[in-house]
Amino acid sequence: MTVGAVVASTESVGRRREILYFALRGRKVLISSSILIFFAVIAVAGPLIRPGDPNAFIGPLAAPPDGQYWFGTTTFGQDVFAQFASGLRATFTAGLLGGSIAALIGMAVGFVAGYRGGVIDEILNMVTNIVLVIPTLALLIVVTAYLSARGIFVEALFIGLTSWPWAARAIRAQTFSLATRDFVDLARISGVRSLRVIFSEIAPNMSSYLFLTFILLFGGAILIAASLDFIGLGPTEGTSLGLMMYNAVAWSALPLGMWWWFIPPGIGITAIVGSLYVLNVGLDEIFNPRLRES
Amino acid sequence: MRGYFGRKLLIYALTFVAAATIDWLIPRFMPGNPVQALLSRSHVTPEALPALQAYYNSLFGLDQPIFQQYLNFWSSLLHGDLGRSVYLSGSPVTQVIMGALPYTVALLIPAILLSWWAGNKFGAIAARRKWLDNAFLPVGYILTATPYMWLGIVIAWVLGTVFEVFPISGGYSYALEPSLTWTFIGSLASHWVMPFASLFLVGFGGWAIGMRNMIIYELDADYSRYLTSLGAPSSLVRRYAYRNALLPQVTGLALQLGVIVAGALVTEIVFAYPGIGKLLLAAVQNQDYFLLQGIFLFVIIGVLIANFLVDIAYVFVDPRTRVGMRGGPA
Repeated sequence: MTVGAVVASTESVGRRREILYFALRGRKVLISSSILIFFAVIAVAGPLIRPGDPNAFIGPLAAPPDGQYWFGTTTFGQDVFAQFASGLRATFTAGLLGGSIAALIGMAVGFVAGYRGGVIDEILNMVTNIVLVIPTLALLIVVTAYLSARGIFVEALFIGLTSWPWAARAIRAQTFSLATRDFVDLARISGVRSLRVIFSEIAPNMSSYLFLTFILLFGGAILIAASLDFIGLGPTEGTSLGLMMYNAVAWSALPLGMWWWFIPPGIGITAIVGSLYVLNVGLDEIFNPRLRES
Repeated sequence: MRGYFGRKLLIYALTFVAAATIDWLIPRFMPGNPVQALLSRSHVTPEALPALQAYYNSLFGLDQPIFQQYLNFWSSLLHGDLGRSVYLSGSPVTQVIMGALPYTVALLIPAILLSWWAGNKFGAIAARRKWLDNAFLPVGYILTATPYMWLGIVIAWVLGTVFEVFPISGGYSYALEPSLTWTFIGSLASHWVMPFASLFLVGFGGWAIGMRNMIIYELDADYSRYLTSLGAPSSLVRRYAYRNALLPQVTGLALQLGVIVAGALVTEIVFAYPGIGKLLLAAVQNQDYFLLQGIFLFVIIGVLIANFLVDIAYVFVDPRTRVGMRGGPA
């Protein structure tokens, strides 16, 4: 028992070191996580540098970037940098929250369907397929259009409730293959309850997979939130990157050539989502040694 | 094969029923009452309010039992009656959407098919040329991560505002009336290029990356190694790898349809392109709920039809579905 525990603990330390080693060596993980941290710092520090309402009319009208207004101002004299920084906050919030909710639902459905099988699997699979086919954004548009007051949290909740199906399906497939392994059978015939088998035998063996799924859901939620905001169904209070683009297009920033209004929010979203995708691939290479470039 | 299509059709039928039911449920069970919202926007004296409310309730059939309302909804839906648009002064929603549909279809179908085809070809080439792979991979990731509307905005800004190559808004020149003349067709085409290009590029990046990864995976599979060790020419091995790698890409196409349609909607908004997307924005801004719900149903029907077409295509690319073995997009 003690010998086993010691071996297990050194093994896990060794594995942790190995992961850390490859994480620091892998360029993909290093670059993408640096970009993410960079934007997270702006999201946290930005509103401290520019306190007050980001939508306040404080500056000159339609001014290009200069020393005082780093990203220029809008047609109405709003500080684009202040909007960008607080918009980043909204983006991270919507992505993290929406991604987490979707991951939780996807895990619940995937684990139960994959482990239980049979009729339950058939039913859950049917539900998953139905939600999978429905175009998420169209559904979200109809639902949110009826809400007179919208917040980031409600938006993230709805995104989470609609974007779980592919995750559920992927987790179901993984669970399916794990559920027939000997160690799971052993746990089952020892009388361990299903829930415990799932959480102590199956889930830990696919933890890296679950984490990667979450990263992709995180990125997906950001893109959905941005599209929703761009149709004018974003948060009614405050600001977000999608809302900035909506306003820029609605107030003719394009024909006026006010690039500083619509370029920063798009770069923010693209950089964050792109980094998440690259981070996903990089981590996949670390977790799965067969994918490592020699 | 019959089982394969039977199961697919069952899922699509259920999806349609579910989506239509959601469409019916939302206005009835969301916080706030559409009739009240309608009345609060018009100037009505307090005495007239109850009478008007009763009038609107009976007009929309809201005074009937809920079950009857649901049946009425289906009956009018199957007759193609989706209500009337408030914003377009009472035109039937079906007619309004039908007018915008050709623009969206003309944008979507070429963008979907061409980006899928070109992305697959390019990804397969990139997978076997190291320098091309290294150069393309970052670009591909940036393209897939780009929000559709932002790529549209950037293209419109660079080609429309800065270089003035293409017009940045509308489906045709505002100076023209729709007619079957070369001037009009030319105007249509020049307004079509930029929205098409932005839809194409985002899709292209995603498909190319997907194909590249699949080819690398397939070339590492046992059958490829075996073929290679038998001395088969590498072009033959690659052909087999390509055919196998194509299957998940076809499944991926079905899964991505909803996202691509959503992308087309927001792209249309950027270019003020007179398709469903622009209609959608107008419906949201004017709180035109009938129009909004009609658009939702049209999008669902379109995605379901497209899904079914992909299923048919799958039978051609995957022989296993033809002989009734396992396989096919589950």
